[in-house]
Amino acid sequence: MTMYVLAAVLFGVGLYGLLVKRHLLKKVLGLLILEHAVNLFLVEVGYVDGGSPPIRLAGETAAAFAGGAVDPLPQALVLTSIVIGLGLAMLMVALSLRIYERYGSLDADRMSELKG
Amino acid sequence: MLQLIPLFVLIPLGAAFACLLVKRRVPAMAPMLSLVGVLALLALAVTGSVQGAAGASIAGGWSLESQGTTSFLPGIALVFDGLSAVFLLLVAVVSTAVLVFGFRYMETYEGRPLYYALLNLLIAGMNGAVLAGDLFNLYVFVEIASIASYALVAFGTGGREVEAAFKYLILGAVASASILLGIGLIYAATGLLNMADVGTAVAAGGIPETTLLAATALFLAGLGLKAAMMPFHAWLPDAHPSAPAPISAMLSGLLIKTLGIYALVRILYLVIGMDGALGGSLQTLLLVLGCLSMVGGVLLALGQTDLKRLLAYSSISQMGFVLVALGTNTWLGVAAAIFHAMNHALFKGALFLSAGSLERIAGTRDISKMGGIARIAPATTIGAVGASLSIAGVPPFNGFWSKLLILIALFTAGMHVVGAIAAATAVLTLVTFVKVQQRVLFGALPERLKGAHDVPASMSLPVIALAVLCLIGGLLWPLGLDDWVGGAASAVRTDGPTNEAPAEYRRMVHSEGRQP
Repeated sequence: MTMYVLAAVLFGVGLYGLLVKRHLLKKVLGLLILEHAVNLFLVEVGYVDGGSPPIRLAGETAAAFAGGAVDPLPQALVLTSIVIGLGLAMLMVALSLRIYERYGSLDADRMSELKG
Repeated sequence: MLQLIPLFVLIPLGAAFACLLVKRRVPAMAPMLSLVGVLALLALAVTGSVQGAAGASIAGGWSLESQGTTSFLPGIALVFDGLSAVFLLLVAVVSTAVLVFGFRYMETYEGRPLYYALLNLLIAGMNGAVLAGDLFNLYVFVEIASIASYALVAFGTGGREVEAAFKYLILGAVASASILLGIGLIYAATGLLNMADVGTAVAAGGIPETTLLAATALFLAGLGLKAAMMPFHAWLPDAHPSAPAPISAMLSGLLIKTLGIYALVRILYLVIGMDGALGGSLQTLLLVLGCLSMVGGVLLALGQTDLKRLLAYSSISQMGFVLVALGTNTWLGVAAAIFHAMNHALFKGALFLSAGSLERIAGTRDISKMGGIARIAPATTIGAVGASLSIAGVPPFNGFWSKLLILIALFTAGMHVVGAIAAATAVLTLVTFVKVQQRVLFGALPERLKGAHDVPASMSLPVIALAVLCLIGGLLWPLGLDDWVGGAASAVRTDGPTNEAPAEYRRMVHSEGRQP
């Protein structure tokens, strides 16, 4: 339960950083926190109290495996989601660099060519 | 045909990598490779649509024995049905026109092989999203297409482009996070990801109502952002006009439909169920958001002087039509929504491409500084006028039929107020485009533009081809096209004349995937 609360708090923090903060790098950090909040939630969904790593040993029956191990599927999802998040973060940093070259500032309020 | 389904994703993905491989040595190969790729996609999509074959292709997967029964867990399921077929064909047609247009248009840009690589990646993501059989793969393909589109919006690397891309990326990232969180909630409650299975579980009441409500809200917010529904539209009027013209056409013509509308139809109708516990409130929500987008979009479009911005706002308005049609929750409404999304891809693709041509001819996107271009650029004018007549809903163009159908669907469902709003919006759209045509194409030619000349044929022909398709779509509608689109609607609604039923979707994923 604590983990779910933590994920929810991190989600809020990430959203706040991404949408409210003016500094572009703080926005990048917000994005990373947001993504990992969701990842944390996914891992927690698959967690079984006292569960073993989801590796099926030779000779272990399917029922015994399913009873003892944590759910492997969310872990696979999180791996994929981390890779996607990395791509997003890289692109965001690259765009921030371009913006810095252009305006000499990382302050979102100085970006003025688009209004409305 | 069924064994060929993965090719819809593999061909553009392969082309994207090939474009990067030839980047240094033979950059001129990139456009040719892409052309071969999209033509192959076009051939595949036409074959699939003509055959009408429906089925699933499953990569990976494993069987699990527990308590004496063997169950098959599909790996990556790609499902090809009537609804997917419509969108796949649409992606192939518009991509081909966009690619050919871009050959000459993109000559002024640096790093063209990268443009072709990203364009192919965008196509791969959209095709994958349309074929994905489970929620998580839908999310992955949506992300592939989105990331390619963020980079493409920034392709010009000017201040305006990068700024628009940044804004688009931030909102897109929030949308993706909410979609993934929604998927997580669904998985937590049901232990399932396959869309058909989740749909069955939800219909059987196997998921607590609060969880379902939260997941639905997250999906609606996420997909609403991708589809640029009115309260979530802020990124679109910056992002779509900032991209190079061929990309604007891809984004406005295809991306908001494959990632937004298609995914909404699949998730709302198949997973959450419009006839289920949440159906009534979802209907109201779709109607309200749809009306807001329709009216707000067209009013904002009327006030624009930047041609591409005007087209972008008009896209929001046209998506509103699709949303209210989906809000009727009838077979006719869904068919009308699919047909309008299809037509919008054709005419808005043509309009954005012709806006690119007009920008090249006049050297500006400001409507008030253009005029009389019909005299110096007849080929561009033909394409632009055809597409404008279609979006304005002039018979016999396809836009007329789909708007008529949406109105009929609304009035037969007893939604007279929404119907009246939609009719008023259709009139305002007509006014907007008559105004644009008069200012830009007809009237007096400014002194400054006396020496200007038309764009090359490779740029005007794709626009004319799309406009001709709009006309053909309109003429064929009463002669058989209605059956094809109706078949697509039957993939998610059971109250139509032919009953393929959503259950069919479930059968395909399971029985055809159960191979040794």
